[in-house]
Amino acid sequence: MRSMLKGLIAVAMACTASSAWSATLDNVKKNGVLTCGTNSATAGFSLPDNEGKWTGFVVDYCRAVAAAVLGDAQKVKFIPLTPKDRFTALQSGEIDILAHNATWTSSRDMSLGILFAGTYFYDGQGFMVRKADNITSAKGLDGASICVTQGTTTELNLADYFRSQSLKYSTVGFADEEAVVKAFEEGRCDVLSADTSTLNASRLRMAKPDDSIVLPELISKEPLGPAVRQGDDQWFNVAKWTLYVMVAAEEFGVTSKNVDAMKSSDNPNIRRLLGVEGSIGKDIGLGDNWPVEVIKQVGNYGEVFDRNVGKDSPLKMERGLNALWNKGGIQYAPPIR
Amino acid sequence: MSDLTLSVQPRRSLSLHNKKVRGIFYQVLLAGSLLALALGIGIQTTSNMRARGIPLSFGFWNEAAGFDINQTLISYDTLSTYGQAFWVGVVNTLYVSLLAILLATLLGFVVGIARLSQNWIVAKVATSYVEVIRNIPLLLQLLFWYNAVLKPLPAPKSSIEIPGGIYLNNRGLIIPEIQLHPGAGLVDLAFAAAIFFCIVFCFYAKRAQRRTGRQLPVLLVSLATLIGFPLVIFLAAGEPVSFIRPQLHGFNFQGGHQLYPEFAALLIGLSVYTGSYIAEIVRGGVQAVAKGQTEAAYALGFSPGKTLRLVVVPQALRIIIPPLTSQYLNLTKNSSLAVFVGYPDLVQIFAGTVLNQTGAAVQVMAITLAVYLAISIVTSLAMNAFNRHFAIVER
Repeated sequence: MRSMLKGLIAVAMACTASSAWSATLDNVKKNGVLTCGTNSATAGFSLPDNEGKWTGFVVDYCRAVAAAVLGDAQKVKFIPLTPKDRFTALQSGEIDILAHNATWTSSRDMSLGILFAGTYFYDGQGFMVRKADNITSAKGLDGASICVTQGTTTELNLADYFRSQSLKYSTVGFADEEAVVKAFEEGRCDVLSADTSTLNASRLRMAKPDDSIVLPELISKEPLGPAVRQGDDQWFNVAKWTLYVMVAAEEFGVTSKNVDAMKSSDNPNIRRLLGVEGSIGKDIGLGDNWPVEVIKQVGNYGEVFDRNVGKDSPLKMERGLNALWNKGGIQYAPPIR
Repeated sequence: MSDLTLSVQPRRSLSLHNKKVRGIFYQVLLAGSLLALALGIGIQTTSNMRARGIPLSFGFWNEAAGFDINQTLISYDTLSTYGQAFWVGVVNTLYVSLLAILLATLLGFVVGIARLSQNWIVAKVATSYVEVIRNIPLLLQLLFWYNAVLKPLPAPKSSIEIPGGIYLNNRGLIIPEIQLHPGAGLVDLAFAAAIFFCIVFCFYAKRAQRRTGRQLPVLLVSLATLIGFPLVIFLAAGEPVSFIRPQLHGFNFQGGHQLYPEFAALLIGLSVYTGSYIAEIVRGGVQAVAKGQTEAAYALGFSPGKTLRLVVVPQALRIIIPPLTSQYLNLTKNSSLAVFVGYPDLVQIFAGTVLNQTGAAVQVMAITLAVYLAISIVTSLAMNAFNRHFAIVER
């Protein structure tokens, strides 16, 4: 009887203990590791390399947060998630931060108990077709079978687009991105639809990448960003400002190579960014040196982009909307002061 | 004796030393604790969910779903609600489960009896089917049917054409659509009349056999009437039915009915897999019927076919039905593996897309569990009723 009571008390305590959510930052510091939910396999964004080390654009964002909080970009535990499971994993506390190819939408911010902390990649939904089909525009997709990943905004955008264009189509949905790509490759569908970044990444992993082309039309806005749980403003700030620090560093020409030298720069913007002046660390609960660690260990926004998806990567994507605001894009960091 | 004990020591009747009172006390205590635990978990879950801003209500039910489903048996489009999407999922799950149960039962009975065949080849083929299929995980079999058998079929442009306007390609099997013209009702009437005639003839034949001992060719006459009479009317009415042949238009065939490869893979996979278990149940049931029964039937001059049909199978059914129920339940639950071959069943639509779009994980999972529980309980009740029907026949 006594053991049963003990059991009851233990269960009750477990339930209440897990209801304390406010201090994600303290928990991460205490555990000494950041648990980060990422895509399971999207080339350029999140993919284990041949040594089993996670690499990619969203992976580097996680590493930047780890560098900011723990001072070590390697102290990250990656949890690969399907689009279907990603928000539940964040809600339930299985992960500290979600760095997925997840689109920031109003309903996700308002009704899922999560908050998007900015946009690390401006994307749009597109279509990939087989070259042999001689399709040049999305208007020619009447009657097509389209492969999509379940539980994404892709499914909803498709329905909107085809309804507004009065075109017929049928979808074939899978929970797993790899199954979707495989179904397209094997001819089950005529069209693969996803964010163009994902389409380009998927094409690289196909057996014959040159047999497929991405159509020029974008049918939606897809701002991809990191997400955190609601009700923890401190952690929300960490997620948001880690990204802004990387963008600001690019704007002021601070790179992983020159960051130490830049500390003695005369430019007050750079001095404040690197914590030489002002209080970038104290109010957020991190040391003043955290932006330096982020830039030194991971790099500025441009470096991360070029390395993973841009000109230095096999994907060779243009900066486009993701160029800085003063270079024709819309990546913009609020002033650091 | 017990009355005496009570009257001598009335005080003890309410103490914990009384076996009966002690029993009730602990039962109540256990039930109360379990209830408190369940209630505690429920309250804690809802308060945790509220604290984390996770939606708690079922308000999403009437919101527009906004996504498409490629195979629906009830009307659904992108403007339908999440509630309608749920029903599409339920119906799709029931549809594939029912068809698979039918096919698996047929297959299982044929193979189970074939295993007992005197013919060496037939028996060995049946044995190898059972041993191979039963020992491979169902998920692998589904992926095999989908990825290795159905997806490698040719693209729509080079479809395999089957005479009669039927096309087979990697988008599925496309058959002509039947279009009815005026006069088609006459054929329906003729068919109904034929069915009525067959029933009457059946009764007549039974009575005739009882009276004279002579058997009438019931099956032959029935088949001839069922096919022949409507056919005559059909021709007389000037063939009032036409077929809309599917046409290749752009990417895919337009017109006609389409059987999707995702559905086919799931149906074949479930039927073949469960069929192997049913075959073993049937073999066991048949072998459990005493050999003397067969010998007695032969001695009375029954043919081997009639012996099986009239003597062995009715007795074997009593042994077969209870384990068969478990197989039906397993099959229905296994149909949730549809997710892996892209068939829009309840789990894929509701516990997949709807859950993700609404974020109402707890509510959606609770509903999904309740649906499977309900389906299983109804199946059990039906099979138990069927079982009782056969048990009564026992003499």
